[in-house]
Amino acid sequence: MDSPTTHLADDPVSPKTSGGAKRLGIVAAALASLLLAGCQVPSFGANKGVTTQSHKVYSLWQGFMVIGLIVGGFTLLLIIYAALAYRKRSDAIPRQTQYNTKVEIIYTVIPTIIVGFLFYFTIHIESPETAVVTHPYATVNVAAFQWGWRFAYPGTQVTVIGQTTANPELVIPVGKTVRINLTSDDVVHGFYVKQFNFSRYAQPGVLNQFDFNVTTPGEWQSQCTQLCGLYHSLMYFRVKAVMPSVYQQCLTSSNSGPKLQRGPNFVSCVNEAEPSSLTAASDRTSNLTFGKGTNG
Amino acid sequence: MVDVLERPTEHLGGDDHGHDAGHGHGEHHGPSGLLNWLTSTDHKIIGMNYTVTSVAMLIIGGLFALVIRGQLTTPGGTLVSLAQYNELFTMHGSVMIYLFAGPFAFGGLANYMVPIQIGAPDMAYPRLNALSYWLYLTGSLTMLTGFFVAGGAADFGWVGYAPLSNAVNTPGAGADLWIGALLLTGFSAIFTGVNLVATIFYLRAPGMTMFRMPIFTWNMLVTGILILLAFPVLTAGLVMLYADRHFGTMIYSPKGGGSPVLWQHIFWFWGHPEVYILALPFFGMITEIIPVFSRKPLFGYKGMVFATITIAALSVGVWAHHMFTTGVVLLPFFSFMTYLISIPSGIKFFNWIGSMWGGQIVYSTAMLMSIGFLITFLIGGITGIILASPPLDFFLHDTYFVVAHFHSVVMALVLGGMAGLYYWCPKITGRFFNERIGKLQFWLLFLGSNLFIMPLYLVGLHGMPRRMAVYVINPSWQNMNRLSSIGAAVIALSFVAFVVNVIVMLKSPKTAGPNPWDAHTLEWFTTSPPPHHNFYALPAIKSERPTWDYFHPDAPALGHEDHDPTHVPGHTTKVEVPA
Repeated sequence: MDSPTTHLADDPVSPKTSGGAKRLGIVAAALASLLLAGCQVPSFGANKGVTTQSHKVYSLWQGFMVIGLIVGGFTLLLIIYAALAYRKRSDAIPRQTQYNTKVEIIYTVIPTIIVGFLFYFTIHIESPETAVVTHPYATVNVAAFQWGWRFAYPGTQVTVIGQTTANPELVIPVGKTVRINLTSDDVVHGFYVKQFNFSRYAQPGVLNQFDFNVTTPGEWQSQCTQLCGLYHSLMYFRVKAVMPSVYQQCLTSSNSGPKLQRGPNFVSCVNEAEPSSLTAASDRTSNLTFGKGTNG
Repeated sequence: MVDVLERPTEHLGGDDHGHDAGHGHGEHHGPSGLLNWLTSTDHKIIGMNYTVTSVAMLIIGGLFALVIRGQLTTPGGTLVSLAQYNELFTMHGSVMIYLFAGPFAFGGLANYMVPIQIGAPDMAYPRLNALSYWLYLTGSLTMLTGFFVAGGAADFGWVGYAPLSNAVNTPGAGADLWIGALLLTGFSAIFTGVNLVATIFYLRAPGMTMFRMPIFTWNMLVTGILILLAFPVLTAGLVMLYADRHFGTMIYSPKGGGSPVLWQHIFWFWGHPEVYILALPFFGMITEIIPVFSRKPLFGYKGMVFATITIAALSVGVWAHHMFTTGVVLLPFFSFMTYLISIPSGIKFFNWIGSMWGGQIVYSTAMLMSIGFLITFLIGGITGIILASPPLDFFLHDTYFVVAHFHSVVMALVLGGMAGLYYWCPKITGRFFNERIGKLQFWLLFLGSNLFIMPLYLVGLHGMPRRMAVYVINPSWQNMNRLSSIGAAVIALSFVAFVVNVIVMLKSPKTAGPNPWDAHTLEWFTTSPPPHHNFYALPAIKSERPTWDYFHPDAPALGHEDHDPTHVPGHTTKVEVPA
């Protein structure tokens, strides 16, 4: 492979490739493919996710993997080539080369340029991802505790609570900006939704705020990711994205019902009517239907 | 006085030194046997104590890992309870980080080799050195005692995040023993750091200028300085944690105006330099080994020294990349610093490759382990750069991807440590490891490590969080977990091979002689094992490889490739790796 092709990631680099100019060319091609990161770039095991933010993180992941495989593949080939090509053939003392200023400058400058680009793309994705809007469409106050979650909807009386296997549901509208105000009642927990490609600590004494926009309806199983004690591995919750009209309807009807929902489900929002049956750790086959959206 | 030798003809070979070096200065008139071992202040004996103890800890930590991997072979694993599982991964991480990796490197091989590499008779403070070891041993036993108290061992993860680690959430003596153990081993590390820095600054032999020091010694100097910067912070943090648990302070509790995030800052302000405190000694080991078995000098010696210093300087400014998802740190700064630190780390790869380039590479076990280190560490490095990007860290934080990333790094260190043992064993014992068993061990360890790690990257990308005793929520993670567990079993086999090889080695004759590898540095000038106070004589130190210069008096001085093709036809020496 003398010149980079569109399938860089499949065939990262040739062993013959050497010299600053050629490597620079490959780096440039990698960056180009980062910019063009689309359907032709493999997923490298990740998922596009279901929010506008997760899509961007996914593209960043693809770009990093392309560059990582090129740089890593190039270095790996150099290691293997050197190890095999210069295996002992005689007892002669090889030439005792210790310094080569030109080579040393090249292998300092090129990594610097590469990480410069990586940092640039990081900031490019990070700034909008961490930014919060002034007036989100929906706001949910999420509090984590040992070992469950409390989802409160400000402006209403609706609060959903569920512990461990009760698997509470977080209902949010599709296509709108949703704000999460995240705290913890006791220890540090991790709010993580795989389909959002996002996580954030829930910490006592700290209010964390972030926004996301879900693009497709669905229901996703999630769980606490930060070690929080004995039942950490059973601290589940569900995220359920519904159309805004359904969301409003859920909220109003739940609000007009009992003043406080002391259970894992919305009273009037259980279209599927299938509460979790995850009752114990030994229950290995759950009939949960998570990933019903785009990511099944 | 130690004599300075100019020409090989004067060299003292092996044990039969007929040199009139003043009777007795190489002899040690002290207690012998067990009493000697208990009371010795000789850095070599202390170094061996450290090495043996820390390898025992590696095996204990590895056994914990096997139970963990056994539990995860099924989604609803029932091998251990939820509580036991939390104890096991906490103690696995704690034993490996606090009781194996650091003490093995800076207490074991560095303690043994650094004074000899710079031509010194011992460490600067031999009694402090002995205290370090006994503190370390006491601390290690203190931590493991946790399993035998009511409530079991510490179970809040090796990072001990507040407020999970407070008296309400984790009552019981196990947590206090964990804190006590960290205080003891922490002071042990600090004293070793003091000793390394003082020894390297003040006890170098005449002619051993800073830029003639072996790269391993350089790395240990920088490690020592990092220990002095980092460990006192952890010690202070632990004292405050203990006060929170028992004296009613609320330093890490928001209820009393304190902050749990403060613990994370303190912990990682120690914890990230600690990553380099662990890594630099192993970098140093393979940087000694690769040039020796490539039969070349280290490529870009000075650049590597500056890269090491740069890593140390930057490593105190990257701690909060462990805290990207806390939402309370300045993301671009810590991301940028982390990218910066990847540059000197990357440079080292080219130093290592450059040292092999154009060489005559002898595939000894030590060299194979070093190549295994390069490949495994490369994977850990690339995935580290991915995690340095905050958006990708949000995505992957606390999943098995992170677990896989740092296991790529630490399994590389284990390979590097094995390389160090295979390389220096003839010096320490006068005996060789069996190379056939060694190579078998290498392939088991190298392939096992990567088989263990690779599925974890994938299962992390598929959303499996770390520290889960059960994953009934997603049974599709099972297959990758099983692959990983098979890898762990292969690693265990490699350690069986290692133990067998230790026994074989101890029963083999002392055939090593002073310099079996045609190596570069001063430890290969003295006898194997070295005498008390290390040297009967020293060569003239005119470059960073005095021993090589001494045995190759006809080879031209080192020079730039640009102007000095130094190949001398007909100049040969043999390096025989015993079968």
